[in-house]
Amino acid sequence: MSASLYTRRRIKNILAMAFSIVATCIGLLFLAWILWETLSQGLAGLKPQLFTKITAYREEGGLANAMVGSLILNVLGILIATPIGVAAGTWLAEYSRRSKLGPMIRFLNDILLSAPSIVLGLFVYTVIVLPSKWLTNGDVTFSGIAGGIALALIALPVIVRTTDEMLRLVPGTLREAALSLGVPQWKLTMQILVRSARSGIVTGILLALARISGETAPLLFTAFGNNFMTFNPIDKMPSLPQVIYEYTKDPSPDINTLAWAGAFVLTMFVLALSLIARLAFSRSKVSHD
Amino acid sequence: MHATVSNAVPDQERQAEASRNARDTRNDRLFGWALKACALLVLLCLVGAAASTLWLGRDAFATFGWGFLTSAVWDPSNNQYGALVPVVGTVGTAIIALIFAVPVSFGIALFLTEIAPGWMRGPVSSAIELLAGIPSIIYGMWGLFIFAPFVAENVKPWLMNNFSADPPDGKVSWLVQHVPFIAKFFSSEYPFFGAGVLTAGLVLAVMIIPFISSVMREVFQTVPTRLKESAYALGSSTWEVVWDIVVPYTRTAVIGGVFLGLGRALGETMAVAFVIGNTFKFTPSLLETGSTIASTIANQFGEAEGLQKSALMAIAFLLFVVTFIVLMIARLMLRRLASKEGN
Repeated sequence: MSASLYTRRRIKNILAMAFSIVATCIGLLFLAWILWETLSQGLAGLKPQLFTKITAYREEGGLANAMVGSLILNVLGILIATPIGVAAGTWLAEYSRRSKLGPMIRFLNDILLSAPSIVLGLFVYTVIVLPSKWLTNGDVTFSGIAGGIALALIALPVIVRTTDEMLRLVPGTLREAALSLGVPQWKLTMQILVRSARSGIVTGILLALARISGETAPLLFTAFGNNFMTFNPIDKMPSLPQVIYEYTKDPSPDINTLAWAGAFVLTMFVLALSLIARLAFSRSKVSHD
Repeated sequence: MHATVSNAVPDQERQAEASRNARDTRNDRLFGWALKACALLVLLCLVGAAASTLWLGRDAFATFGWGFLTSAVWDPSNNQYGALVPVVGTVGTAIIALIFAVPVSFGIALFLTEIAPGWMRGPVSSAIELLAGIPSIIYGMWGLFIFAPFVAENVKPWLMNNFSADPPDGKVSWLVQHVPFIAKFFSSEYPFFGAGVLTAGLVLAVMIIPFISSVMREVFQTVPTRLKESAYALGSSTWEVVWDIVVPYTRTAVIGGVFLGLGRALGETMAVAFVIGNTFKFTPSLLETGSTIASTIANQFGEAEGLQKSALMAIAFLLFVVTFIVLMIARLMLRRLASKEGN
């Protein structure tokens, strides 16, 4: 009787182990599948004109304007989100100890972190795109600026959270030492705390950049897209994910091939960014120990 | 003023110090206010997103009233809009995604914390997290060009042969003859078409696996080793330790992680937009095409005018409220674990 119980328990255990290994294989299989398709289909469409010609030429063109647009939008997004995010994160870590607002904002920031990006895009559409319509006599004015702000809203919670976490890792003795020398708190924060948490904060910014460079949904109704090269942030602006979206819907297989090539470039860029962020982070961890 | 040497007048020195103190206090206060204003922007974003969609959606809510939530008609040509089909599609795809993603994520977390040899854990968990780094538009492309045809060729025929009332091979299965309603869930007008609710749910499942599994792995690691080792010492098997010690200890946080994945799945746009089909027929079938809130907005917002735009804003508001609640539950459950960790 006890032997059979033992066997039953062993079988159960083996089944569970097998299930767990199979589950891991499923996860890895899908990763390999997606990466493989992006790689093989993307490399097939990769050619020099991808980087030199614009989308106006369709099949004979490339994605140059989309890449430039993406770059501008991402830089705008990071430039807007970084000062605000670092400031907000600093307030959460250093100033909100005694207030009830602090934990609440930290909590809401975590929600904003995974809020649907398409709704944030609609928010920017409502407060930036629509009001600028009144300034220009009735045309709906999609713009690079609106796109940049939409991306900033997505980058913001990432930067807030990493800044907050990194600052809380800075040892309290550092604060006490500085305060005991009579350093005012703003100086302590700017010159000692933020500086000593710098590599962690940079990691957060890189992660935020990786996150926003793949975003499509909020750009559809903010930056909108443009078949020509533009450097003017008040103009409609194309972006790589948005062009991939349009080109994927296109019935022409040649255009689809271009979409795959764009997908390959985008994926490599995003994965390289998160790799760099991770490497930077692991180094910062070592230096803190 | 700073050059206060021993022969300076003590009174002057005190005055200088006082003015510097005053200046520092003022600067400190300004600095604190500036930081606080930035932190309040986070709050503003959330409130603004809810308020702006509600404001622009007011026409739709006013025109259709409560019927907006229960009407299954979404017909731009007749200017009639109801949220039921996109809402059901959103919830349905998210639930399908959870049904597949939760067990797989649990398996992955179990593998990474209890089974895998030490050298394997780092690389495997980084690989799974890589899955989270892939932009959602890539999931959408892969879903449309690769996965949907795969479903149409391999998964759908099998499901229809076994569960639908008019299977391609002509033999109605025993299950369909004896279990009522089951055929309704697996009927399909276009058997060779890969897009549909099930396909969208599966793509979402792949997307949220890394989120759920990384939360599960993290919370499994918070279980005190002493607790687990005591159970092993009493002769428990690995599975018994996991099921009777680790899971009960971390239950709340595990559910929190699942809700986090649910929040992601509800709001996802690009991975779904290509593979759901974007049709507005109300059907219980998993193999039929449908639509989600996010895919509807992505598809129609560009050309929408007037009441249609308002209706899109209204469903965006519904989406925002639902994901907000789901994510709030997730964070509350995860937070309880964080306080437990401290003890």
